[in-house]
Amino acid sequence: MSVEPSLNRAPIMERFRQAIEDLGTAHGIEVFAVPPEKIVEFCRFLKEDPALKFNFLSDICGVDHYPETPRYEAVYHLYSLPNKWRIRIKCRLGDPPEVPSVTGVWRTANWHEREAWDMYGIRFTGHPDLRRIYMWEGFEGFPQRKDFPLRGYKDKLNPFGAEGPPPTQPDLATRDIP
Amino acid sequence: MTEVTELMRPEGEALNTKEVLLNLGPQHPSTHGVLRLVLELDGEYVERVDPHIGYLHRGTEKLAESFTYTQIFPLTDRLDYLCPPSNNLAFALAVEKLLEIEAPIRAQYIRVLMAELARISGHLLITGALPMDLGAMTALLYVMREREMIMDLLEMITGARMHTSFCRVGGVREDLPDGFLPKIREFCDIFPSRIRDYERLLEDNRVFLNRTEGIGVISPEDAIDLGLSGPNLRASGVDWDIRRDEPYEVYDRLDFKVITRDEGDCYARWRCRVDEMRESIRIIEQCIAQMPEGPFQIDMPTIAFPVDKERVHCSMEALIQHFDLSAYGFNVPAGEVYSAIEAPKGELGFYIISDGSPKPFRMKVRAPSFVNLQALFGVTNARYLADMIAVLGSLDPVMAEVDK
Repeated sequence: MSVEPSLNRAPIMERFRQAIEDLGTAHGIEVFAVPPEKIVEFCRFLKEDPALKFNFLSDICGVDHYPETPRYEAVYHLYSLPNKWRIRIKCRLGDPPEVPSVTGVWRTANWHEREAWDMYGIRFTGHPDLRRIYMWEGFEGFPQRKDFPLRGYKDKLNPFGAEGPPPTQPDLATRDIP
Repeated sequence: MTEVTELMRPEGEALNTKEVLLNLGPQHPSTHGVLRLVLELDGEYVERVDPHIGYLHRGTEKLAESFTYTQIFPLTDRLDYLCPPSNNLAFALAVEKLLEIEAPIRAQYIRVLMAELARISGHLLITGALPMDLGAMTALLYVMREREMIMDLLEMITGARMHTSFCRVGGVREDLPDGFLPKIREFCDIFPSRIRDYERLLEDNRVFLNRTEGIGVISPEDAIDLGLSGPNLRASGVDWDIRRDEPYEVYDRLDFKVITRDEGDCYARWRCRVDEMRESIRIIEQCIAQMPEGPFQIDMPTIAFPVDKERVHCSMEALIQHFDLSAYGFNVPAGEVYSAIEAPKGELGFYIISDGSPKPFRMKVRAPSFVNLQALFGVTNARYLADMIAVLGSLDPVMAEVDK
């Protein structure tokens, strides 16, 4: 994939000299590592800078690097519609994972962040509506974490699940349907 | 019902109405699957929408972590089940980027041809389903007739009608069968006149126009902010098509027009798809004309299955290769890749983290329907409940892809 003219990293590094780390190019995408406290400022800069204009948020996803520390990661993929550039922002998070929400920068971040919360338990502070999105309210645990068994935990509805610390499963009949 | 009438008891001169919570779905024909919407209604006006998704959540991403790369293809089929070839293609491209290989040219043409057939198949359904949501049943029956032709073509190539799983890392599973080219030429000849039929059926239909024109307008700024992609974004006047702007496979050798509309309403979204089908036919015709002879799979025994299946039964090396690839898979260099294609619904991206083993460490699907469905929040001028159904239909979410 030829992207021309290519992204000029200098002004980005200039502006966030201390805070961010340039991780080079991986398969045609520029990668930057950003600490969680800088993420909103960095995203807003990328979106609003007239030379960069990363106005399209493709994706936000959580990653669990168990058993490494810091264990979690939030990965953002941005696209610049005018310049046709892609960029990846990686944000390593400790345990419990917490990162400011970018819903204020792009409205589309809303569901992506809810998904990352649902699957990995990454808490996006300042998110307007951080509820589970795929799993039902009242579900315990975060299914895509590496220490969550593939078939879930054994209970009366899931006889094939793994033995283990059964989460305190609320009775389905009495659970609160929102 | 008694409760509702009680709430509407007149008090003084005005009716003292209270907002009503209405549960729409998950089993409702116009939710296109298993979408549940909790609506706050003020009379016929929708005050607030709260979509509940996840009824079809199969944990594709979690499952993929325990599958080899070849085994993941059938999982990708089940994302957007209207157009499995594009999902296969998106995944194959991501893995090929990690491996730094490219499929042979013939395979690329076959993949593009199939992806465009899939695009037509996906767009056909919405061409008929949107009018059906609005009460015009006829169109759906016509589009199903043409979808059947595409199903037959796909069955001819792959043996399967729905879940084709035809791509492989480094190529496709088999070559095109004998007698396929005349069949698809016949389809290309017939199909444009059929598109004309749908247009004649709907574009002057006063009811259809009243229900879609000027309804659910999304401005270009909103569309980008909401992350819309594909025909939904282009219907709002944003000229972006990954096939042209970040060409993958052989799209840079093909001549096609990117369809955009300025209105951004339900009709524009419907219209965009109808016009895109014409372009897809042009792409398919060019693919047939340009497709060279040659291998359909990369010549790398560590990645590709033996082309000649007979050899597996009489050559020890081929048997070992076949067994090894089936049981163990192949190692993919450690690294991260994000690769996106223009799927019928929009930007379909695969983000894969590999740790060097034959199974992905993390696979994230950027599902276009998931993002497009969210835009239902962002549509502010479709206030009637009936309009919201039109907007939902025109955004064309496939719940299997939304729920992954």
